[in-house]
Order: sequence, then C-alpha cells, then structure tokens
Amino acid sequence: MQRIGVFVCHCGSNIAATVDVKKVVEMAALEPGVVHAEDYQYMCSEAGQSLIAKAIQEKQLTGLVVCSCSPRMHETTFRKAAERAGLNPYMVEIANIREHCSWIHKDMEEATRKAVILARAAIAKVNLNTPLQPGESRVTKRALVIGGGIAGIQTALDIADAGYEVDIVEKTPSIGGRMSQLDKTFPTLDCSACILTPKMVEAAAHERIRIYTYSEVEKVSGFVGDFTVDIRKKARSVDMDKCTGCGVCQEKCPSKKTPSEFNRGLNNRSAIYTPFAQAIPNVPVIDREHCIKFQTGKCGVCAKVCQAGAIDYEQKDEIVTEKYGAIVVATGFDTIKLDQYDEYAYSQSKDVITSLELERIMNAAGPTKGHLERLSDGKPPKEMVFIQCVGSRCADERGKSYCSKICCMYTAKHAMLIRDKYPDVNVTVFYIDVRTPGKNFDEFYRRAVEQYGVNYIKGQVGKVIPQPDGKLLVQGVDLLDNRRIMKEADMVVLATAIEPNPDVRKIATMLTASIDTNNFLTEAHAKLRPVESPTAGIFLSGVCQGPKDIPETVAQAGAAAVKAIGLLAKEKLTTNPCTAKSDELLCNGCSVCANVCPYGAITYEERQVNDHGIREVRRLAVVNSALCQGCGACTVACPSGAMDLQGFSNRQIIAEVDAICR
Amino acid sequence: MNREKKQAELITEISGVNPLKCMKCGKCSASCPSFEEMDIKPHQFVSYVANENIEALVNSKSLWKCLSCFACVERCPRDVKPGKLIDAARQLVIRQRGQEYLSPDEIPALLDPELPQQLLVSAFRRYRR
Repeated sequence: MQRIGVFVCHCGSNIAATVDVKKVVEMAALEPGVVHAEDYQYMCSEAGQSLIAKAIQEKQLTGLVVCSCSPRMHETTFRKAAERAGLNPYMVEIANIREHCSWIHKDMEEATRKAVILARAAIAKVNLNTPLQPGESRVTKRALVIGGGIAGIQTALDIADAGYEVDIVEKTPSIGGRMSQLDKTFPTLDCSACILTPKMVEAAAHERIRIYTYSEVEKVSGFVGDFTVDIRKKARSVDMDKCTGCGVCQEKCPSKKTPSEFNRGLNNRSAIYTPFAQAIPNVPVIDREHCIKFQTGKCGVCAKVCQAGAIDYEQKDEIVTEKYGAIVVATGFDTIKLDQYDEYAYSQSKDVITSLELERIMNAAGPTKGHLERLSDGKPPKEMVFIQCVGSRCADERGKSYCSKICCMYTAKHAMLIRDKYPDVNVTVFYIDVRTPGKNFDEFYRRAVEQYGVNYIKGQVGKVIPQPDGKLLVQGVDLLDNRRIMKEADMVVLATAIEPNPDVRKIATMLTASIDTNNFLTEAHAKLRPVESPTAGIFLSGVCQGPKDIPETVAQAGAAAVKAIGLLAKEKLTTNPCTAKSDELLCNGCSVCANVCPYGAITYEERQVNDHGIREVRRLAVVNSALCQGCGACTVACPSGAMDLQGFSNRQIIAEVDAICR
Repeated sequence: MNREKKQAELITEISGVNPLKCMKCGKCSASCPSFEEMDIKPHQFVSYVANENIEALVNSKSLWKCLSCFACVERCPRDVKPGKLIDAARQLVIRQRGQEYLSPDEIPALLDPELPQQLLVSAFRRYRR
C-alpha cells in the first residue's frame, strides 16, 4: 500500500476563488492510501516545496498528488522537489485543478466537486505508480540548418564558432537568400551585398561549416540529439571540384530565355547559370528543363567551351545521409502572388511592380543596371506612387491577416533613395498606418517626409487604371481631408505582403514541427521560448517563425544558435522513462504494434519463455526505449493487451476512470 | 435602449456587417464612383454606424447617391463592406415609411420567372415585420 500525500494549491486566488480548497483537502484525506493532506497559498514557492519535503520525510510518503496548475507548468518543479526529498520523481502526479477546473468554471460548488474528482483520479493513479528510472541517449555533435539566407548563415556561423560542426542545406544554387536580392538596407542604408557577401564567404570558408546548395531535405527520422536526415543533392550537371567559375559557359549558352528567379523574372538568364555574380559556391547549375541539350539532345556548347572539363550531363541526384543532434529551420519567405489583386493592375501593366522587383531595378547588378526606369518603355519616371499594405492586414481570403512588418520601413527607404538620386521625381506613398517601431526607425521615416519631401497620403488606393498613353491613373482618397485623389503616375510600387516559403509545410511535416494557419512555424512559448519549436531539438530562425526585418532576423538567428549549442554541448540527454514495454507472456508476435509505431522503436526476436512451467520459443515484440517516445499508439493497437506504457499503464488509466465515475 | 442604438443594431443585423472590423484604410471611398456626390463618405458610414450616429446617416444625401455597384464590397480588405451598410440604412428608412411589409397576396404578382433565387431570400429578410 502506498502512503500518499495530497497537496492542494490556492494559486493565490486563481484556484481558491472558484474552488473550495479546504473541502478538496478534506475529501482527499478520505481516499485510500492517503495519509496526509494539506493546502497552501503557493505550492510552487520555496515555502510550498519545503512543506512537501517535510511531509515526505515526516510521514514517510511514497507517493504525491499535487492539485495545482497544468503539469506543463509545474510538474517538473514538483518532481524535482520530491526527488530532493528522496522520493522517485515519477511517484508524483498532478491533478490540474486550475486550467481544467477553476479557470473554466464560475460556480464554486460545481468547481469544487470537479476538483475533488480530479484529485481522486490522481490518487487512484498514484496508488498504482511504480518508481521509474530515466535512461540516457547520445547527442550527435552536429547541427543541420535548413535554408541558407541571412538567418541560416548567421545561425550556422554562431554554432560553428562555438566549436560545433554545422551543415547548411539550401534549395537554390547559391546561399544568400532574400537579402542578396536587396539593394540597400534600412535604417542605415548600407548596401545589402556589402554586408552580406562577407558573411557568405565566411560561412563557405569556415572549417566547421559544410554547405549543400541546390539540395533539399528529403527525409528526417530519429529524435532530439539523434536525428538522421537524407539530403537530396540535385544534379548540378557541373563538377564542383573542376569548375573554376570563369563564367564562359553562361556567356555562350544559346538558351537565354528563362526568366531569372533572382531578378524576379524582370529579365532572362541562360539555362546554365549562377543566380548572381557573388554566388557561393561560384559554380553554375544546368536548369535541365530549359537546357537545349537535355531537351533535344543537340547542343553541348557549354561542354565544348569549358576549359576545365567540368560539365557533366550524366550527373545524377545524390542522396546523402547524415546524423544531427539539432535542426534549425531557416526557410524564410516570399512575397504573395498578386493575381487576386486585379484592381492594382499588376498583371496588366509592366510598370506596376512589387517592392522586391523595385529592389532589383534599383540594384546596379539588376535588369536595368540600377537605373530607375519604366519596364514598359525604358523611360525614366517622373511620378512614382507607392501603395502600402497590399495583401497584408486582410480579413478576406485574398490576403494575409497579419501585418508584414517590414513594408513601412522599406517603402520609406525606397522613397528616400529615389528622392535622393532623382530629385525631380515626385514620390507619393498611400498608407493606412505607418508602423515604425524599432531603434532609429521612426526617425528614418520622418526623414523621408521632412528632408526628402516624400508625400504621404492616408488612405488605401481603390484602383490603378492603365491609360492609353501608358500612364497609370491612381484613384484614391485623402482620408484626412476627405478629398478624392486622381493621380497620374509613371510607376506604381506595391508593398506586397510576405508569406512563409511554401516549402515550409513539407519540412514542418518531416520534422513533426507545428505550424500555424499562416504557415509560420509555431514557437514552444510565444514569449518565453520564441526560438524553439515545441518539438524537441528543432529551432526556429528568421521569417519562418513570423515577419521580421534583418536586424531582428540576425538576433533571432543568434538566439536559435545558442539554443542549439546548449543541446549539442550536452554529453547525454535524459530520456523519458515513460516508454512502452511488452509483456512476454501475453505477446503473440503479431506485428501490429510495430506497424503503428511512428518511431521504428519496435522489433521482434525469437526467445525462450517460461509460460507457467511451459518452456517454448516464441516471437516477441521488443521496444527500444531509446527510440520510444511514449506516444502509446502500440498499447492501443495491441490486440492481446501485452503492450503497456510505463507510467501510464492500462491499469492506471482504468483506475483513474473508475475513480472519476465512482 | 435609445432609438439610435436600436437602429444601429438593426442596420448591422440587416447587413450582416460588423463595423468594428474596419481598420479605416479608406479603400471603400477610394473605390467609390459616387465619392464626389456624397456628403458622408463611404468609409465614414462605418464609423457613423459604430458610433450609433444614425439620424445624421439616414438624413444624408449619400444614402441615395450610392449606386450599389459594390466596388467597396468587392475590395474591402476587412470584410466590412460599407455598401451593405448603406443598403441596410436605406432599408431602415423604407421601414420607417411603412413600406416594409409585403403582404402574401401581393407576392405572386411580383414574381417573375427570371428572378434570381437569392433575391427572394433577401426580400424575405428585408420585408418582414
């Protein structure tokens, strides 16, 4: 028989205002096995924990029930307190009388009745608890970073600098990400390439960083500390070791009609290409879909002109399997598609562009060599209109419900840069709200208005009407003086909402990392654990977790790196002892459990058993407790009731149900 | 409950619009072809209803200047749809004039084989006691 102590917490007024805690103590004391019951204002406090320790020693308690908040909140606290007092931590059960009871009920009598029942169930369970010993699992001292933009690069650099090996997997032919497409960066207006390229070079040259470009994560198995990942290295058709990066193949390639992804389709690239001049690695890939050799068999110009003999049309996709202790997701974002926004004439006029397209136009290496000009006729614009919040803050199905956060600042940046370089160009910004929280951010925006004479008008634009003469008629209102505005513009720039990279869904599924309705990865705690996924060993870096600018991304990338380092620095991880166990006398080796196990933790072996004096060799299920995550799927599936989850045995669960129904 | 509060509630009920969803972006006014003709502008309609300022609204010129083109309904990013509010305010006026009730005997004469089914449903919602 257990000697159980029951401790009922008031949680200030959180519980005590709705639950009669004295009554719970009184009723719990009557339950079988209970030798001690008391209440206290804050059981999690130092004093509350001492009460528990004292009772364990004085009353020789063998089991504890703490009636308090959710076990997610303080189960660890009370288990540690019990352990310090000499009790096995798995002899502690929590009856959640806060989230499951006081917070959701108004009537005191009802809530008290429910609290008593919840306590009774926990007591019934503890009566059947047995001490459990946690196991240990190893930590592979290598991290994987998925995505090679500024977030991924920074995380990888920080982890590598701490002394751990890191692999970056990047889908495109080069690392660099969105930041490499930007011209200047707010609020200091430094050139994006000038601050990013050194980081790219540093990552590529780092002895502890390996970069897999033009590669994708294909399969993930294992668990925290011990992930196994298959990486698909897509066939580059160019030998990375032989290529010298001279670029002759790209010059001579006769297929030059593929829209350049890097320049957002504003100009074309060759079929063999590097996305941009500073690409890392500086080794081109052949886009087989647009390569004449691959499509018709006739061409081979690149192979002929390559002095290094690096072109390899026979190259195949390769799967690399690696082990990792931690995985950081840094998959970034894209702008939303604008086909639902016909009123802004994006698909009707070449002179209606997104802000990211403007970045490429303003960039010296971009499609117009940095000259601000209309894409329709190459003429310099005189009137530019910027429209904010296109697709952001929408309650309808066309756009995104959230604020994309970066647009107010980059629009102010664009407006200022244009006014600075082309003082004769008039710039008008239509805004709903100007949101500029951040160090030196509002000052930046005010500079656009006060020093550069950018015309800010409050009011969302209704529509953009392309005119026969090629101008764009912008129809809006000035909400502050209730005035209709019909403005003829030469170019219209749409501050398009951003969304997580669409591939993130696939990756989140592989990692069993949770994702929200907007496809942003969910953090373990919105405030206190913002860079960790609820899935152990998975960390979040950059916009995959939510909209953010470059300074925030770099800060978060560092934070994700620290969390990953904290994991990699451990020699061993303690594993949850609540794993499945098979009863060899009941198991008939039917394989049902192995088929439902999501972790591949169950295998079979032929073994001699002694079944009540009968010795025979049987096929039996064996659980690898290092792999088992205690999900319980096998215990439900087992037709003979042989599989049981330690700490949550069938008997314990039934005892709880019985206690509730009593 | 005062009269205007009741009226505001009736307008939101008839229109099915929640004026609190408005973020005051003004896209409705920016889209409106009758903007210049109106004394109370489309985006202001929303705050007039939210502030229960109904008398001014129903007596405004705007009420009868709206073309019901539904450009604002189509483009509103917040699902507020001022065009529906205007429509509901007109309905309120019609009811006050005692024209709100269709007697069952009158209905067959008004039916037309080309009539969209939707119109029947909305007519039942509007012309009720």
